[in-house]
Amino acid sequence: MKSEGLRHAWKPKVDGIIRELGKTRNALLPCLEAVQQEAGCIPQEAITYLRETIEVPSVDIYGVITFYGMLTTEKQGKYVIRVCDSLPCYLNGSREIIEALEDELGMNGRDTTPDGMFTLERVACLGLCDKAPAMIINEEIHGDLNAEKVRGIIGMKKKEECGWKGYY
Amino acid sequence: MERILLKDVDIPNLCEIDVYIDSGGYKALEKALKMTPKEVIEEVKRSRLVGRGGAAFPTGLKWEFTRKEKDEPKFLVCNADEGEPGTFKDRVLMKNNPHLLVEAMVIGGYAIGANKGVIYIRGEYFEEIGRLNKAIKEAREKGYIGEGILGSGFSYELQVYRGAGAYVCGEESALFESLEGGRGCARERPPFPAQYGFMGKPTAINNVETLCNVPAIINNGGEWYSRIGSPASPGTKFFCLSGHVNKPGVYELPTGITLRELIEEYGGGVKGEFKASLPGGVSSSLVTDTDVKLDYKSVADAGSMLGSGAVIVINSSTSIVDVAKSCIEFFVRESCGQCVPCREGTRRANEILGRFAGGKGKVEDIDLLLELGEVMYDTARCGLGQAAMNATISAIKMFKDEFMGRVES
Repeated sequence: MKSEGLRHAWKPKVDGIIRELGKTRNALLPCLEAVQQEAGCIPQEAITYLRETIEVPSVDIYGVITFYGMLTTEKQGKYVIRVCDSLPCYLNGSREIIEALEDELGMNGRDTTPDGMFTLERVACLGLCDKAPAMIINEEIHGDLNAEKVRGIIGMKKKEECGWKGYY
Repeated sequence: MERILLKDVDIPNLCEIDVYIDSGGYKALEKALKMTPKEVIEEVKRSRLVGRGGAAFPTGLKWEFTRKEKDEPKFLVCNADEGEPGTFKDRVLMKNNPHLLVEAMVIGGYAIGANKGVIYIRGEYFEEIGRLNKAIKEAREKGYIGEGILGSGFSYELQVYRGAGAYVCGEESALFESLEGGRGCARERPPFPAQYGFMGKPTAINNVETLCNVPAIINNGGEWYSRIGSPASPGTKFFCLSGHVNKPGVYELPTGITLRELIEEYGGGVKGEFKASLPGGVSSSLVTDTDVKLDYKSVADAGSMLGSGAVIVINSSTSIVDVAKSCIEFFVRESCGQCVPCREGTRRANEILGRFAGGKGKVEDIDLLLELGEVMYDTARCGLGQAAMNATISAIKMFKDEFMGRVES
């Protein structure tokens, strides 16, 4: 199991966090965040590794993963789009933004596009209320949106992708 | 207009330590380390600074309670898990002036007798997390953090801890649970954090904006600070103006200016015609009187709360039923699920409001919503559930005809 873990890009980061914070439960959330960032989800191997290394039962690790919105066991797309749907954005037309995104990405009720490129999440306030309606794509902020702007942004992302992977 | 926290934000590269020091930064820390911890606390008490995260508890008292506890070690935690819809003030501070928070955290640690501080910041604030980490590294290199700070006997470590997308972690006891690696579920209180906080140890937990007032208080004296703004809760306050206004943004103003002044003079007026406002985000109750003074007491007297200062403006073309529905959807998603009144109450309220939003409301459901709100206020375990129905209840009381208009005939 442990040798298999070496293949994973998240492992050096996780080990670094455990070195810094110690083999304690306090290290769990930072470790899970690092795995999520590196792997785009929390794979079973990471849960097993953390269970053995910081001695927290798997059930507790699952409990933590399911509690926090930014952690998931489902593989997320290369681009995670978090679109705000709280009141300040709602008042400025967030529903129209969400519709445009769903339409442009062809979500059809899915969370992630079949090619694994885009994940769309409706989230609570992102603290960008002065730029409402707003969304973040991975760590990139996009504000003062309208449907046309959204289509342009998604179009650009798709174009960037087709350069190196031949999609679309 | 006098600004305290944002006075230097226009200086280029303020987030670099040399620029911050040149603009007078870390002077307050030098001064504080020459005072006794008790004197630092007395100065903060004299300022009559109250918590800016929403609860408006006197900061000096909170520090004194923590200082007086016998148990060791003690911790200072900064609550930077800004998540109330409409709130984006702490982001402005951490992004533009991270060293102000770092300096305040060292002073606070010295005052309460803590050798470790933690900044718990929401996971979506990517840029701010990077800036704070950089600021802490720079401060350590200059000797403002670490062993024997500036030749004093005081040692202090400071760490940034990222949240992972849960609003309820802004509730202080849920935040401690999260820091300890668990689900962010609120604890029973008492005991309060001053006795039993992070790792079960005496902890002072303060909001970013609150802490950032401290260096100015140390530099200029508590007496000076207490004369700014409204005498009932002095100082400046960050107002996060959003919704239907022409110039949304964060405005640092003396407490006690009116809602009308904020919207007209700073926010560039309402987009459309004013209908109502939520002065403390979606957890607060609606107000329709624009003459209300924006300080904690006056807003409370008007039946609402100033909370974190998230002023959301709603225009007359918006349905209040839809506003209530939007607010409750937030609480359904963010309820941690451990206590029944909040977990079930928010869901039932969402179903009922969904029926009204779809034009299929029932007359008797209006009373049911009011009763549900009362039960949740009385019995929910933490502030999230207690406040979840504020917007809905005030919407029914002030705009009942709009709900009646959505009753199925």
